[in-house]
Amino acid sequence: MSINQSGWRPTSPEANTGNVPASVTGNKALMLEEALIFEIGDAHSTGVDFAAPSPPRGEGRGEGKPSNAAPGTAPHPTLSPKGRGLSRLGNLSRTAPIGLPGLSEPETVRHYTRLSRQNYGIDLGFFPLGSCTMKHNPRLNEKMARLPGFSDVHPLQPVDTVQGALEVIHQLAHWLVTLTGMTSVAMSPKAGAHGELCGILAIRAALEAKGEGARKIILVPESAHGTNPATAAFAGYSVEDIPATAEGRVDTAALKARLGPDVAGVMITNPNTCGLFERDMREISDAVHAAGGFVYCDGANFNAIVGRVRPGDLGIDAMHINLHKTFSTPHGGGGPGSGPVVFSEALTPYAPLPFVENQDGQFVLVEEETAGEHHAGSFGRMVAFHGQMGMFTRALTYILSHGADGLRQVSEDAVLNANYILRSLDDTLDAPFGPSGPCMHEALFSDSGLAAGFSTIDIAKGLIDEGFHPMTMYFPLVVHGAMLVEPTETESKAALDQFIAALRSVAERAKAGDPSLKTAPHFAPRARLDETLAARKPVLVWKDPAPLAQAAE
Amino acid sequence: MRYLPLTQPDREAMLAVIGASTIDDLFVDVPEAARLDGPIRELPMHASEMAVERHMSALAKKNLTAGEAPFFLGCGAYKHHVPASVDHLIQRGEFLTAYTPYQPEIAQGTLQMLFEFQTQVARLLGTDVANASMYDGSTACWEAIVMARRITKRGRAILSSGLHPHYVSVANTMAKFTGDVLDTAAPELVADMDLDQLIGKIDDETSCVVVQYPDILGRIADLRPLADACHAKKALLIAVVTEPVALGAITSPGEMDADIVVGEGQSLGVGLQFGGPYVGLFGCKDKYVRQMPGRLCGETVDANGRRGFVLTLSTREQHIRREKATSNICTNSGLCALAFSIHMTLLGEAGLRQLAEVNHAGAVSAAERLSQIPGVELVNDSFFNEFTLKLPVEARPVVRTLADRGILAGVSLGRLYPGQDALANGLVVAVTETTTAEDVETLASELQEILA
Repeated sequence: MSINQSGWRPTSPEANTGNVPASVTGNKALMLEEALIFEIGDAHSTGVDFAAPSPPRGEGRGEGKPSNAAPGTAPHPTLSPKGRGLSRLGNLSRTAPIGLPGLSEPETVRHYTRLSRQNYGIDLGFFPLGSCTMKHNPRLNEKMARLPGFSDVHPLQPVDTVQGALEVIHQLAHWLVTLTGMTSVAMSPKAGAHGELCGILAIRAALEAKGEGARKIILVPESAHGTNPATAAFAGYSVEDIPATAEGRVDTAALKARLGPDVAGVMITNPNTCGLFERDMREISDAVHAAGGFVYCDGANFNAIVGRVRPGDLGIDAMHINLHKTFSTPHGGGGPGSGPVVFSEALTPYAPLPFVENQDGQFVLVEEETAGEHHAGSFGRMVAFHGQMGMFTRALTYILSHGADGLRQVSEDAVLNANYILRSLDDTLDAPFGPSGPCMHEALFSDSGLAAGFSTIDIAKGLIDEGFHPMTMYFPLVVHGAMLVEPTETESKAALDQFIAALRSVAERAKAGDPSLKTAPHFAPRARLDETLAARKPVLVWKDPAPLAQAAE
Repeated sequence: MRYLPLTQPDREAMLAVIGASTIDDLFVDVPEAARLDGPIRELPMHASEMAVERHMSALAKKNLTAGEAPFFLGCGAYKHHVPASVDHLIQRGEFLTAYTPYQPEIAQGTLQMLFEFQTQVARLLGTDVANASMYDGSTACWEAIVMARRITKRGRAILSSGLHPHYVSVANTMAKFTGDVLDTAAPELVADMDLDQLIGKIDDETSCVVVQYPDILGRIADLRPLADACHAKKALLIAVVTEPVALGAITSPGEMDADIVVGEGQSLGVGLQFGGPYVGLFGCKDKYVRQMPGRLCGETVDANGRRGFVLTLSTREQHIRREKATSNICTNSGLCALAFSIHMTLLGEAGLRQLAEVNHAGAVSAAERLSQIPGVELVNDSFFNEFTLKLPVEARPVVRTLADRGILAGVSLGRLYPGQDALANGLVVAVTETTTAEDVETLASELQEILA
């Protein structure tokens, strides 16, 4: 007799013997498909409740005193009959629907939770995207940024009421200047590329102040991030390439030969995008200075040297620091970033507004009004307000947690992890600069040796099936089929070993010409997507389906 | 150190695999003169989570928060209630710790969200399309001016006197270097926006007119005559919206034929955060999409024919086009865009319109109360949730005095336009759903007392 009358009893699983039909919903157990809000929401649903506004004390609700509003408008606003109280909107009251779907709170939470589960993130696993420094994001940073004293403060409050916020900016600025061995820092740039623009504009302002505005060329290595040439062009410069040596570094002799009275400066990434330290950086800086130009250093890869090398000791004039890379503010699916720029003494007078100064224990915001004569050379303002405060609090929290000793350990472990990957895989994959010596924080491989018709993208998609986010593909441009692997310091040896085994396996399949790799990923929420179709016939916004009758015409 | 998983035995084993004897061997390429021999001495050493929390909390306590005081500041950043689920959802690790969706097969969450965001923004601004966000409103505004130059091949832009002075300042900074010629002016404390003056300035060399709506003093006006005047001279109309909630109550710039509409999305989902990070909104007419800056997400299908989303039209962008890109922008403001989108989904059409109604009603009520104070005049005829008062005295010291009394009274025009005497008595007051009747009454009675 069974335990009860329902027929229940403990089960043993049976082996699957046949084809499994697709689910009716398209869902696969925990992997849930999710429609667009435009398909599941409607114009009437909302997840927010409002209390009716209460009129000022002493006035009866809904029967306010006559207003001095334009004739013909309702005297006092109340929420009652829709639109009647809207007395001050001129003739601009909205009449047409906007077309915004709403969802109740539970549906909203479910929609975005389901979407989130179609994403890969650092919290989930190894994310070795080269040049992006995808390190662990400590949750203490999030907690501190959300303290109301930081998150609920308006940028235009009287400065007496925001002394703590200004002090955060000042403290972080001190750390950044000291860690880089530079003279000053502009905190306001909103991201790395914005920081590049800041640095290049300061260079241009300095040259114009010296009467050397005729210098119109910025030299940029071929291996640079695309933002470098784009920034120089945006700032009005012509860009010329600097060739690389066979070992993956700037060709110092070629660079020196090109210097002259038409060159405004150079933009050099150090450590560079091949993962190598530019040994000649000091020599390059001296040569550029001797020729009357300035040195911009792309600091995207600062994580490799933080605490061990001060870029200021290499003679550079400006460098942006991606707080979302080295200092662990979250990448958030593509921003927000933050790109403070440190300056040498020569460029400091031209730094943008605003900045924070400590004047006799009082923190002061130096803006257009207060720049005065001792900041008269500033090239101006780059953003509304004062920069990415929410990123400053996170970065300062992270920096204080690590301290000077911890940050030094950060760069050491980041470099150690990268070299471990490089040397564990250079028997399987081609490492074009492997013979150049140790790499810094990222290991670079090429697609040389793969079977005909197989390329870096196939390895990347194979890694997705193995449960990893792929490395950066096809960058830097100087290496064919580049694979740039940046592990960061927050990966354990066990995580690296698992990745190394997976990449080795996938690489062997690509070398053997395994056709199943061409259609990878097989286990992701989507198979490879048609990017050509997306670009040829762009569908950038949702269009409500036409009613049937209309569609038939 | 709590964020570093490697143990000392791990490090030694790994060095052995690499074939290095010490970690210093990995830094051989750094010239000796530039190698630091130990932690930088003048900086403190690592600290426990508890110690750091104590340090940061002490700094936070030195600020007077918007939630602690009757609060009336706006001018490009607004205090709105953000539903609790917004912050919960953006902190899911799969959103928070993801990056730009370069691998779309495992980034459909971010991509679908961006597609939804683009659609919400386009519909709100009244444009055909919108991008996946910019850094903030001020940088979006400058990028729009540059985009108009690319489209019209003209370099003269006319900026309304009602455009946020920081936005003007950003544009002036950039124009100094790009050679764009900007026509700017300070606002006047009058009831009407400067549309007639703007129309009078448009000529055959004008690339664009940039107008803020509602403007810095909170004024609103029908933009259609301005759009027509621009188009008659083949110039573009760029509208800037710093308070997107307004578009729940009033006709959008796109509906009035603006060509490019940019904005600051901070009001929805993001919070004040002392000025950043915020989220730039950027929409335009379909025909200009290939001149847009920034990332775009598009719909497509996967190899099995299933709907999916990818970043697209990247031939406009720096990583492909390098010095020929439409902009040097790389990152967007993804997490803030997500917060905006979630908040907008929670509101929906009904919620946004109700929110706008509540804001406007509160503002009308506050404007009436405050303009009853002797000597105080309401400058605006029309406004949404922000209006300008003309005080009988300079507003800036009054704002400071009120701050001493625990009231954050608004933005004095003396702060925004230092040295402009004609504006010194102006006070811009914002009222949102977070403002209570008691707040208004407190401000009114204290202000009256100070002015008496």
